[in-house]
This record gives sequence, structure tokens and C-alpha cells, in this order.
Amino acid sequence: MSDTHSNTAAYVRDTMIPQKAPPTGQVGAVRWLTENLFSGPVNTILTLLGVAAVYFLFVHLGPWFQNSIWNANSLAECREILDGASGACWGVIKDRWHQLLFGFYPQYTDPAIISALTGVDLATAKGWGDASVEAEKGFGVVFRYWRPSLTFILMVAALVPVLFDAIPRKALWFSAAFPFLAFWLLWGGSIWFPVFAMMGFAVGYIAFIALQRISSLAATVGAVLAPVIWWFFLAEPIGDAVASAIPISLVPIQSHDFGGFMISIIIGVTGIALSLPIGILLALGRQSDMPLVKWICVGFIEFIRGVPLITLLFTASLLLNYFLPPGTNFDIVLRVIIMVTLFAAAYMAEVIRGGFAALPRGQYEAADALGLDYWKSQRLILLPQVLKISIPGIVNTFIGLFKDTTLVVFIGILDPIGLSSAIRADSNWNGIFMELYAFIALCFFIFCFGMSRYSQYLEGKLKTDHH
Amino acid sequence: MSEAMADRKLDRSHMQVSDEVAIQISNMNKWYGTFHVLRDIDLTVNRGERIVIAGPSGSGKSTLIRCINRLEEHQQGQIIVDGTELTSDLKNIDKVRSEVGMVFQHFNLFPHLTILENLTLAPIWVRKTPKKEAEEVAMHYLNKVKIPEQAHKYPGMLSGGQQQRVAIARSLCMKPRIMLFDEPTSALDPEMIKEVLDTMIELAEEGMTMLCVTHEMGFAQAVANRVIFMDQGQIVEQNNPHDFFNNPQSERTKLFLSQILGH
Ligand SMILES: Nc1ncnc2c1ncn2[C@@H]1O[C@H](COP(=O)(O)OP(=O)(O)OP(=O)(O)O)[C@@H](O)[C@H]1O
Ligand SMILES: [Mg+2]
Repeated sequence: MSDTHSNTAAYVRDTMIPQKAPPTGQVGAVRWLTENLFSGPVNTILTLLGVAAVYFLFVHLGPWFQNSIWNANSLAECREILDGASGACWGVIKDRWHQLLFGFYPQYTDPAIISALTGVDLATAKGWGDASVEAEKGFGVVFRYWRPSLTFILMVAALVPVLFDAIPRKALWFSAAFPFLAFWLLWGGSIWFPVFAMMGFAVGYIAFIALQRISSLAATVGAVLAPVIWWFFLAEPIGDAVASAIPISLVPIQSHDFGGFMISIIIGVTGIALSLPIGILLALGRQSDMPLVKWICVGFIEFIRGVPLITLLFTASLLLNYFLPPGTNFDIVLRVIIMVTLFAAAYMAEVIRGGFAALPRGQYEAADALGLDYWKSQRLILLPQVLKISIPGIVNTFIGLFKDTTLVVFIGILDPIGLSSAIRADSNWNGIFMELYAFIALCFFIFCFGMSRYSQYLEGKLKTDHH
Repeated sequence: MSEAMADRKLDRSHMQVSDEVAIQISNMNKWYGTFHVLRDIDLTVNRGERIVIAGPSGSGKSTLIRCINRLEEHQQGQIIVDGTELTSDLKNIDKVRSEVGMVFQHFNLFPHLTILENLTLAPIWVRKTPKKEAEEVAMHYLNKVKIPEQAHKYPGMLSGGQQQRVAIARSLCMKPRIMLFDEPTSALDPEMIKEVLDTMIELAEEGMTMLCVTHEMGFAQAVANRVIFMDQGQIVEQNNPHDFFNNPQSERTKLFLSQILGH
């Protein structure tokens, strides 16, 4: 113990200094400006250049936005209204937005039902500007494309419990069933096809539980084999029998009718949902002690990362035809989804490997020392932390994947970019570029920015080091 | 002797060493690549023994105790823990690991789980204890290490000493028969060392079989029934603490003691 309080201390403070306000010039806007924008000659020059760039953009784009034309049925009509001035012709979006969203997906066009649903009587409508037509062109689209629209709404409902854990966990069952429901709604056909496909997973689960008593190896093999047997040998005859007894079906629709943001979302969301688990397995495989597993994973990752996505897409659209037995009808959208997923999974695997590398050795050791086996320590200890560390990289890959779906235009799938050409092919809209691209860019931006914000929300929520 | 021990009178009523063998290591050798890190280790630990392992840095102390729960693999010789021989058989390894608790220098708590979840995880998933029962056991041990009020916090919000006590409680929740400590106080500030040592002393008083790698010579003198001195991968000297500190035999031990005790 020291003797601070005894009489021998050389100095003792007897009053404490109260808090004072900082000197003026150190607070408020002036301080912020001098510190951030004009702190030195280089910074000042950059600030002025920045201001000039914003001014330049404003001067040139301002009038274009200000003179926006919404009510026009063709580019010529727009030009007439503008009378030589510069202005955006958004009429094309209004006229064709349903196509940008759904491509050439068949519309449901019973006028009686549509007008009953939307309250619009098209017979008495006069044209653009008429409220009833606006309504029909607007939310009437939801009814005319009710199958993809309903799928989209259900997709949002299925995503919410996945994204936010405040939703009761039971809702995840709906999320799990959604892919099958979406398949049926979009492609149509008998409902029993997706139902029996889904039952394959239940069959696998039952086989797993039943065989677990024998050995965990038997259970794993059973969990893989039973669904395969189900899908290839049992599902079809039983499914056909049930379908003829209880026929519930929707008009079948071919993949080549799909288009617009619908196809981007189908490919993007499926790719995102599948690339994460596959990426995790690849990353685990790459670290495996088993040389064969390791080499296969390394080879796969390095090969996929070494080729451009577009070559994989061409492979999907052209080359696969040579390898598949003639007459097989292997859906083009499915092929593209597989390629996009594999492509993203390879990148995902590397992102996740980085997360594993960042995890302290002690976490593996603590999990081992407690007697957790490989899969349990992965699932309960390592992966939750690895995924959390890797969120920025994972979301980066997701965003990249979603934007890369525009590449499918090169193999003849009408994504939004492809549709913009299709719309221009109509003589009414021949020569319109900027407005279509601006709209497409805005939609992509909304999706990607949404993902980015969600990842930030998640990172904040998962922070556990201080409160 | 460190100050931490001075105010504590040990209750020795349960600190009995039985004849039953808990760990039997015979003629064990280990290499890291070509580096011979453990050489001809022979060590028998009886149930109820409290062994302190000392030695200079790099002498293989950590490696030795990490071999006991197979965090490191030995290449020669035999390690039998509680009657189970450690081989590459995963079943044996899991069995030994669930019976041997380990406390690390850097705590190694799971940062994404609350304290309570850290404690209940292994009982629930390895021992298949029902969640409610596991939580009761966890709260019992949190009370024992004197931080029940932290149960719902995350490890990152606790002080180092508290984290280490949680780590000890986490091991205890598995009801281990043997506890391994690898420098449990080396990463702690001096004022937190005492609280962790107190917890370890209580454990010793209950008769737990303990192997501790530590530089706390006060703890060794007060609690250990045997001190093992290692150098260059070998056991150089072992003795009861009184003779070890007051009458060391080998030159290496003398040199080490003079350095660590500062005379
Ligand atoms: N994974 C490893 N690969 C190669 N060499 C290693 C490895 N781990 C430890 N070593 C070496 O083995 C020797 C013994 O290490 P160990 O960690 O057991 O020493 P220690 O006695 O615990 O030392 P300290 O007091 O510093 O913790 C050291 O020379 C170390 O460099
Ligand atoms: Mg060590």
C-alpha cells in the first residue's frame, strides 16, 4: 500500500475541475467543414472538383427528369409533346412494365373477370389519363399475371421467417415448402408432381430415423438412397395414379415464355439459396483430412473460378445437348440455375474458407475438448461464427450472382435487358434506350441495396462483444 | 510464495489420493514433423492427485497435457485415461474427451453464445441431458464460480477472470473425472488471478483429479501433491512440493527455480 493520504504527499488535489464547453470554432458546421472538406490543399481541390461534378450532372440531367413524359403510347408521341426539348419518355415503362417484369408469360385475359377484380370497365375507358385505364394498366397487371404475382407475394412471405428470427420458427415450414409451391404456380401442370417430389425428402428423413438405430452410416446411406428410389421409381406411377383420381392442375407454361425480372429473381433467388449450402460443403471439403474429398473440392473450385460464367452458360445451353441422350427435355432455366449456382458456390466456398481461417484455433480445440463430434462442432460452434465473420463476403457474392443473371441474355433468355431489345423491336418504341436502362438499373439497385442493408442489419444484430 | 495463497487455509478432508489409476502414460513419444517434442514420457496419475507441471517455455508442458485428451496425437507409447486407451479410434477419443475437462490459457469461450448456452451446449448435445436439467446444472456451477448474475451475457462482456471462471464451470458441467489446466492464469491481470486460483483451490478441496500447467508456484506449494518439472520434452524431476522447492535435485530445476522465484 502506498501512503498517498499521509502528510508526506507532495501534492494533493482538493477540488475537481468541472466540465467546460469546448472553444468556439471546434463545434458545429464550421468545424465539420474545415475538418472534412477543406483540411488541406488536396482536400480542397477534391471538394471543388466534386462540387463541379455534381453541378454538371444536375445541369444536364435536371431538365431531362423535369420534362418527363408519362402519358404517351410511342416514342414519336413523346417527341411531339416535348417539341425538341430534352426529356425522359417514361411512357414506355408505363406501357410495358408488365413485360419488363414477366416477359412473355401468358396473361390471364378474361375481360369480365379482370374488370370484376379491378373495377375497371375497359369498354368505356378512353385512353391514357383515364383513371380506369391507369388502374387496369397498373394493379390490373397483378391479376392478369396472377400466377407469378402470387408466387412473388408468397416468396416474400417465405423469406420473412428466414430473414428475421422474431417470426415464430414454425413459419419456416412454409419457407421449406415454398420452392415446390412456386414451381407449381410458375410452370403449372399437375400439383402432384411437386408434392411427390417434396415427399422424397420426407422419405429420406423417415429412412434416416429408422436406420439410425442400426448405425449412423446406414442411416446416412438410407437417407440418400431412399429418396432417390422414391423419385426415380415410385413417385411417377403413384403420382400418376393419384393425379388421375384427384386431378388438380394449372395450365402448363414453357420456360421460354418466362422473362423479365421474374426470370432474374427465379435464377437469382434459387442460386442464392443453393449456393450458400453448397459453398459451405465445398469449403469444408477443401479442409478435409480425406485426400480424395479435398482434391475433388479444390479441383472443382479452381476450375469454376478459372472460367468465365458466360462459358458455363453457353455450355448449359449448347454443349449439354450433345452429352444428354437425344430427346431429353432438360429445362433450359433449370440448366442455367445449375450453372449459376455452381459458379456462385465456388466463390462462396472461398469466402467461407476465409472465415474459417479467421477463426481462432482455440474454438476448434474447445469444441473438441468438450467431446463434440465433427458435425456438431461445425454446426454449433464453428459455422455460426464463420458465417457471421463472412457476412460481407457472402452478401457480396449474392449481389454479384444476382447481377450476373443478366448474362443469360446471351443464351437467348429474355431477362430485363433482353426484353428492352424486344420492346425496341416494336415500331412504337424503336430508338428508346435510356429510360428502359434507367428503370432496369433502378430495379436492380433496389434489390442489391436491400441485400446490402440487410447484411448490415444482421451484422449489427449478431454483434455480441459489447452492449 | 504468491500473496494470493497467504490468506487461505485449505480444507484437506476430501483431498485424498486413492490407489486407483486415473491416467497411465507409458513410454510415450511425440514428434512435430521431425522435432522430437516429447521424449519417453512415463507418468502415472492416481485419482485425487493434484499435479502441477512446471518448466521453461517450449519444454512441452502444453503438448503433454494436450495429448491426454488427444488434442495432440502421440506417435509412440501408450496413454490410458480412465481405462480407455487413446488410439485413432474416434469412439475412444470422444469417450475420453467427455470425461476429461480442459481449461485453456485464452478461455476459448464461444463468443456467439451466452454464458448459459456455453455451459449447457456440451451436456445437451454430447450427454443428451434435457435442456432444463442442463440449465439447472449450469446455474449450480455458475453459483459455484460466483457469477450467476452473468448467465445471460455474452463472453465478450465479461472480464478475463470472469471468463476463465466460466470456462472452468463449462468444463465442470460435463461432470468430468479429470481436469486439465493449461496456464489458466497466464493471460490474466494480477488482480484477477486470485479469483481463478480460488476456484481451482475449491475444486481441489472437493477431491478433483487435476493436472495444471502453471507458473503460480504459490498454488503449487499450497495445493499440489506432486510437482513435475519438464525440460526439452522430458520429465526431469518430480517430487512433493515441499522437497521440490526446498531441495531440488537437478541443476536444471535449480536454475529454473532461481529464475522463477527470483532468488
Ligand atoms: N503445432 C506445432 N508444430 C510444430 N511445433 C510445435 C507445435 N506446437 C508446439 N510446437 C513446439 O513444441 C515445443 C513445445 O511446445 P509447448 O507448447 O508444449 O511448450 P510449453 O512448455 O507449453 O511452452 P509455454 O510455456 O511457452 O507454453 C515448442 O518448441 C514449440 O515451438
Ligand atoms: Mg504452453
